[in-house]
This record gives sequence, structure tokens and C-alpha cells, in this order.
Amino acid sequence: MKWRSLLIGGLLSATFLLAAALSFFWTPHDVETLNIAGRLKPPTLSNWLGTDHFGRDILSMIMVGARTSIAVALVAVGIGMGLGVPLGLAAAAQSGGVLDEVISRGNDLVFAFPSLVIAILITAVFGAGAVNAIIAIGIFNIPVFARLTRGAALSLWTRDFILAARVAGKGRARISLEHILPNVANLLIVQGTIQFSLGILAEAGLSYVGLGAQPPVPSWGRMLADAQTMVALAPHVALMPGLAIVLMVLGLNLLGDGFRDWLDPRLRVVRT
Amino acid sequence: MKSIRSIAAVSAFVAMAVSAQAQQSDVTVAIQLEPPHLDPTSAAAGAIDSVLYTNVFEGLTRFTSTGAVVPALAKSWTISEDGMTYTFALNEGVTFHDGTTMDAEDVKFSLDRARGEDSANAQKALFAGIAEVTVVDPATVQVTLTQANGNFLFNMAWGDAVIVAPESIEGIKQTPIGTGAFKFANWVEGDRIELVRNEAYWGTPAVLDAATFKFISDPTAAFAAMMAQDIDAFAGFPAPENLPLFEADPRFSVMVGSTEGETILSTNNKMPPLDNVKVRRAIAHAINRQEIIDGAMFGVGTPIGTHFAPHNPDYIDLTANSAYDPDLARQLLAEAGLADGFTTTLKLPPPSYARRGGEIIAAQLRAVGIQTEISNLEWAQWLEEVFRGKDYGLTIVSHTEPFDIGIYARPEYYFQYDNAAFQDVITTLTATNDAAARTELLAKAQTMISEEYVNGYLFQLAYPVVADARLKGLWTNQPTQGNPLTEVTWE
Repeated sequence: MKWRSLLIGGLLSATFLLAAALSFFWTPHDVETLNIAGRLKPPTLSNWLGTDHFGRDILSMIMVGARTSIAVALVAVGIGMGLGVPLGLAAAAQSGGVLDEVISRGNDLVFAFPSLVIAILITAVFGAGAVNAIIAIGIFNIPVFARLTRGAALSLWTRDFILAARVAGKGRARISLEHILPNVANLLIVQGTIQFSLGILAEAGLSYVGLGAQPPVPSWGRMLADAQTMVALAPHVALMPGLAIVLMVLGLNLLGDGFRDWLDPRLRVVRT
Repeated sequence: MKSIRSIAAVSAFVAMAVSAQAQQSDVTVAIQLEPPHLDPTSAAAGAIDSVLYTNVFEGLTRFTSTGAVVPALAKSWTISEDGMTYTFALNEGVTFHDGTTMDAEDVKFSLDRARGEDSANAQKALFAGIAEVTVVDPATVQVTLTQANGNFLFNMAWGDAVIVAPESIEGIKQTPIGTGAFKFANWVEGDRIELVRNEAYWGTPAVLDAATFKFISDPTAAFAAMMAQDIDAFAGFPAPENLPLFEADPRFSVMVGSTEGETILSTNNKMPPLDNVKVRRAIAHAINRQEIIDGAMFGVGTPIGTHFAPHNPDYIDLTANSAYDPDLARQLLAEAGLADGFTTTLKLPPPSYARRGGEIIAAQLRAVGIQTEISNLEWAQWLEEVFRGKDYGLTIVSHTEPFDIGIYARPEYYFQYDNAAFQDVITTLTATNDAAARTELLAKAQTMISEEYVNGYLFQLAYPVVADARLKGLWTNQPTQGNPLTEVTWE
């Protein structure tokens, strides 16, 4: 089964994406209405995944929570790519120059801090909330993409077709855009998928410690935090959002692996 | 031969250790918050009293678990006809833990220090009525008031009014030296405070040899520590949802006592549109108290309709003034010109009553059209932004000081409720000694704040104590914050 991880990963990710999209129009129950009398109910026909400590439907909470997670992770990866890729291209184009040094050492500097610690620092200083979480997660995505792009681009710069382009009189910036970027795109898609799953984890981590999306906006991390003291009473309250995080992250990782198998020409040659 | 002897020695040691464990003579009590320092006379932090009240420091009088005021360092007192002069006869032979004697000079020093101009006492109002403290002889001290004060003996029982010594005042924040049945031994910051029995105690000595207060702020860790019996008791257990699990376990006993903690939806009375009594009334009618008690506290708590403890004989039930009636709330909002509702802030400190209660209240207010922006704050941020900065619309907090209806007479207090008529009632109350007249004035005060809807009155905070079933004598109620261990024993 050559496409197995692509298929499983794609299915899992698509399920959550669809659930998040569907939640804009319909959820089984309203997530803002509390029903204290019906709290901590185990899974039933009307509440497929049971209810939480306020009697809210956990399935609906997970659907709306997926929206928060996906939005935060997507924009954060966008920031990382949008800034990281041009930086990496520029560094490779000026390889050995001052700009390369500045960008590379800058990357090292950001990398030196554990990513989640930076995120906690940023949200603690600028206030908790989804927007600051996006910025925080986005910032530590920048060096990931910058390094990847620079490394891949450096090896491309020594290739003959680049030399041909240079001989033809194309400038470094134009070569970077027209020849380097298309050739590193495969790598970026794979890395983007993996960073997306890390973004989901980071968002869950931030909201778990109370620095992500603020109530009443549902988020997976906060659902876990709220459920923490209820584990002995009603395990499903913690289990369901936990499973959602695991499955979403697993799905995206498999998808990333699948993309790599599919897009990387070297792997394709080895496998066949 | 030598090895046989050492084996014998080891087995004797093991036997001793086992028997020592069988007759446990110390106790480890966990509480949620750690004190910032150890001087109860210069900070508002209740955690200081939770550790030290009557264990290390004692006052002239003290509270019992039921809230009655009984003699402590003062063995008796006489009150002059006009109620202006209190003459206290002190217990003799009382020494501080550093060996210095406790006499009338120390009482004068403590009271003068607390009411002095540069005093850092968090409850200076307790001492405001004192005109003069006179040392009659080493065992007698006379306190003259500026006007009769029916609360004076009650005031002297507070943790903020304990007797300290001029000899040891310098280092009190790190090494508290008091007269209590336990001596301060060690403080491992972030973890625990250790006390040992005071062998030279003037009264009935403590039964236990030693006591440790452990600080566990996280509800999940609290549950785990109690279940694993790493701690012998948890005073003020933070996760009410887990109480049924302890009740079902024969190793533990669960006591749910009362506190002086009126849990209220504090309202910024100066911030529009909350400065309009109709809007505050609309909020009061939009709130469903029972739902909050069930949802946030898992049913543990008593509804209140005013800022007064229900176990107090002078309490009157005013919950009907703010009965749950969302239609009336919407109508009141319309009358206030806010038919489309409005948006305000709801700032929540860490305890679960606030965080969970906040989400429930936000949903209830949303149902009548009031939108709230929730922000979760740590205590330090809350004190800075809400309590001192008054930068908030609504917040939820439990006011755990005993008999604190007087805070409504302080216009600079963070509710910013400024009503001259109410301030008059409190001034008259302070000067009144007659019990019937006091009851009447208190009823008036309670009714006024209830009918002006100063704050949303939610419930009286319950005080869950989870303890080893063999441990006896813990305080089950909290007439003031404190965990006196003098009478605690193992069965």
C-alpha cells in the first residue's frame, strides 16, 4: 500500500476540516447554552460524545474547537511561510554574505528558545487570546521555514540549470523566484503540513494553560484543562478532546509523510 | 557476634519506627495558597492566618469554630458603664516563643503599632475607635475608645489584632514569634511551613508534637495528594466535584462547613452603564443562583441575597429581591434605554468558583442580551487591575473577612458604592451596643445594599475539609481564616 499514509492522513485531516467547516452552519447542539442539570452525561444517542461539566454537548464543542485550532495553526503556518521562505531564499542567494549571516544567526537565536516558552512569554506579555497565540506560534515557525528553504536552495544554486540561468543574465532575485522556489515547493508543502500539526499542538498547549482563546470560545486545550479534575468522575470529558487532538495531529503527520513519499522524486526512485 | 548485635540494633530501630508510625504524633495539613510573608498584622493575605491564627499568634480574644468570641490572652475584662473603657486582665506567666514575657506593655505596643499612622495593618478600621491604650500594671491593660463600640471584643479576635512583641517585630515576616501553642520552625518557600509544639505554652498544650502546612494550589494535585495520603487533611479542598469520591472512601472523612465568604458578582458602581441601578437590578434578575451553585460548586453552597453570612443570627434572607426572572431583566434593560443590551468586562481570578461561575454567569447574561468579555487573571493581576486599579465592569470574588458589610460604607473600595445614607447606618451601628438596636440596624444595612443591587449576591462559599478519618478536632467552619491545630488529635 504505497499511498496508505497519504490516504489515512488525508481522511483524518479532512474529517476535522469538514467538521470545522460544518460547525459554521450547524452543530448538534448550541455550544453557548449551558444545561447544568444534564452535565457530565456519558455518550448517548442525543449527545454522541457525552456532555461536559456545564452540560454542553462535547461533540459540538469539539467541532467548534476544531475551528479555533485550525484557524490558529493555519494562520501561524502562513506567517512562518510568508516570512521564513523569502528570508531563506535571500540568505541562499547571498550565501556567505552579511545578509546570510544575519538571517542564519537570527534563526539560531529564535531556535535557541524552546518554542512553547516563547509562546507563553508573548501571550503573557501581550495578553491572552487567539490573536496573540497566532502571532506567538507564527514567530517560531519563521526559522523553521527559513532554514529549510536556505538549505535546499543552497544545493540548487550549484546545479547546472541555475548556472545556465545566470549565464542567460537573470538576476539573483529572479532566479530565486523563477527557479529555486518551484524546486523547493515540494519540501515546503511537506514541512508546512508537519508545522500545521505542531501548530495545533501548540494552540492546545497554550489554551490548556489559559493563554489561548478565551471563554466562551471553545478550544480543545481548555476543554482538557477544565476536564482535569473530573477525570475520576467522568473520564470521557477529558478523553474526547484528548482524542481529538491526537487524531488531528496524527492525521496531519501521516499526511505530511504521504506528501513526502508522493512529491520527493528521490524517494520515488528508491521505492519503485 | 558483632553482626548479631547490629542486626538486633537494626530490628529494634525498625520496631521503634513502626510503633512511631502507629501512633502518629504530627499532622500535615494542606491549604491552597501560600502566605506572601508571615506577619498577620501587616497584610491582607488570608493565607497568613490560615497557617498562624491561634497556632503561633494569639490576640486578646479569639474566635471558636462556631464564630463565638472567647478569652485568649486576656482572661477576663470589664466594660465601663458608658461602654467607652475596656479593662483587660491578662493571663499571667505567658511568654513569647523567644522566651520574653508577654505583658501589658506588649499589648500596648501591638495595638499602638496597628493603629499608628504608618501602620501597614490591612484592617486599620478595627483599631480606628481606640483613643488610648494604658498600661495599668503588667497584667492589666486599659483601652479607651473614642465612642462606644459594640464590636470591640469581636474586633480584637481578628488575626490582624494579634499580640506581637517589640523584641521580635524586626524579623516577624520570616520568623514569626508569638505566644501560641505551636512555634514556628521552618519555611520551605513554595512548599511548606513547619511548626513544632511550644512546650512552654501558658494554656492547655497542643496534643500533636509537630504540624506541617503544605501548599498545593492545583486542584488536580490536591486530589492526587489526598488520595495517596501524602497529606493528612486538606483544609478548603479546591475541587468540590471530587468530594463524593472521598465521601465514598472509608479512609477519609469529608466535612462541609460554613465560611464568612460571601461570593459576589462585584460590580463597578461608577462604570456606565453599571452606575444605573436599573441595569444592576437587571443583572441580578438575569442570574440563576442555583445553576451557579450546581455548576460551579457541584451543589456545595448557600444562596445569599445580600452581603451577610447566613449562619449569623442577624442575617435576613433577601434572595427574593433578586429572584431569577430573565423577562424582568430584559424589561429593566429596556427601561434603562439598553433594550439591545450592552458589553462589559468580566475579570475572573483563579479559584474555580470564579472561573466556572464566570462562564455560567456569562451565559446567563448573554440570554438577556448582556455581552461579557471574559478575561482570566492571576491573583496578582486581579489585585492590580481590579482591586486597586478599579479597571473592570464585573468580577467574581469571595469576601472571606468576617462581618465585612462595612466595606460598603467605603466609597473608595473597589465597588465604588457611594451612598451617604448607608454610611450613616454603619456609623450608627459602630456606636451601638444594644443587641436589639444592632439587629435592626444590620437588617437595614443588608436591605439597603440588596435593594440598591450594589453587587450580584451569589452564594456563601462552603468550606470543604477532607481529612483522614482518624483525625479529630479540625475546624470545620471558618469564622475567620484559620486552621487552629491545638486541639487536633489522632484517634
